[in-house]
Amino acid sequence: MSEIPGDLKFLKSHEWARVEDDGLVRVGISDHAQGQLGDLVYVELPEIGAAVKAGTGTAVVESVKAASDIYSPVSGEIVEVNELLNDKPETINEDAFGDGWIFLVRPSDRAELDELLDANDYQELIENDDH
Amino acid sequence: MTEKTVLNATHRALGARMVDFGGWDMPINYGSQIEEHHAVRRDAGMFDVSHMTVVDLHGARTREFLRHLLANNVGKLKVHGKALYSCMLNERGGVIDDLIVYYLGEEFFRLVVNAATRAKDLAWIERQAKAFDVQVKERPDFAMIAVQGPQARAKVLGLLHEVDRPRIEKLGKFAAAAAQGPGGMPLFVARTGYTGEDGFEIMLPAEHAVALWEALLAAGVKPAGLGARDTLRLEAGMNLYGQDMDEDVTPWEANLGWTVSLDEGRDFIGRAALEQQQAAGVPRVMIGVVLDEKGVLRHGQKVLAANGEGEILSGSFAPTLDKAIAFARVPAGDSGALHVDIRGREVAVRQVKYPFVRDGKPCDGI
Repeated sequence: MSEIPGDLKFLKSHEWARVEDDGLVRVGISDHAQGQLGDLVYVELPEIGAAVKAGTGTAVVESVKAASDIYSPVSGEIVEVNELLNDKPETINEDAFGDGWIFLVRPSDRAELDELLDANDYQELIENDDH
Repeated sequence: MTEKTVLNATHRALGARMVDFGGWDMPINYGSQIEEHHAVRRDAGMFDVSHMTVVDLHGARTREFLRHLLANNVGKLKVHGKALYSCMLNERGGVIDDLIVYYLGEEFFRLVVNAATRAKDLAWIERQAKAFDVQVKERPDFAMIAVQGPQARAKVLGLLHEVDRPRIEKLGKFAAAAAQGPGGMPLFVARTGYTGEDGFEIMLPAEHAVALWEALLAAGVKPAGLGARDTLRLEAGMNLYGQDMDEDVTPWEANLGWTVSLDEGRDFIGRAALEQQQAAGVPRVMIGVVLDEKGVLRHGQKVLAANGEGEILSGSFAPTLDKAIAFARVPAGDSGALHVDIRGREVAVRQVKYPFVRDGKPCDGI
């Protein structure tokens, strides 16, 4: 299990959010989540420009085992998606917190970020998950 | 209560991700199930299949009993060690389980049945065996390791006592024989499998299983989990009990007609129902489908055909083909162009003849 970067915030459903220097929010799934899903074979990315609402399905990742909805941690507008995942969905398995990011949101309500779990809370959540 | 095979600690030490499989704590993968899949297609992989149930049948009337119990005809088993794949049916012609039967003597046959159906299989077999005075003995003292892939046989042969090697090397497909493994451990080596590759399934006393596993590992055989086993058998066109057939599905409806032997005068359980369905016309058929665009076919998805609706049975991403494949059960007759409802999206799929993959290579038309 790779270490959880301290600057990330999390949804209980295992998505991470990172506030970039320009205020945009990058979103992916945790290393724990990719391990649970197993080898990823397909990622359905959102449309650039689409409006998203916090806590609703925005992308889909499919592993050999199962399909999972990916929820956006914040509301706003999709400004970029990780096109690399179209050809190399396994990037999420290899680097969930880095190159395996999924989409970038321009948040409309920054207060939503305060609702998310911090890295310590998330660590605790997945430790309980394992037992 | 979850059961553990004798190799449980070995899997954990190798970093396996464990899941519950039919009441057993089993490895789903040791990291990447796709890499494990490729290892079996290209080289050699091994699976702990000790959760499967081994049942020995003894008695003077054992062959007669099996002629009654099984839809395939054990009359085909004439040579010591020869194996036969068969369905065991209920009176309605539905499949109670699929199994392999080995001929080990005129008064001794061995069955290997599925883990998830163990209790009902044993109850059914014992009930049917009474009239034939056949003794039914489960063998939980056995472990089983499947070694599969183009290099699997060579790697196993290298571990056998040298006096056994030529004989096991010549072992035909779907046949088994005894041999001595590392340190003289007694092995029952069968040239069978569930991957579409050549290889062996090895039964042995549980106390020797860890040593054999370690020896295979040292010989370069890659551990593979049940995840890879599932994608390998699907590519190879092999049914999975519970997903592709069950007690409400006849062999005709599960593309298992080739395992049913309607030989003259043999009154096996389910025969009357099968003949009746055949005469009336089989209402549903099992077909193979391929998804040429992105997405994954999965168990339970709805199939839309010109002549009605069907469903996806076993479905998965196929690592050898880099796209999704599935078995589907659809109404018999002209189904026209087929579509599958994938999470609310109607996606076109192509009907194909399977197996999808044979001897490591995609089949023509896939």
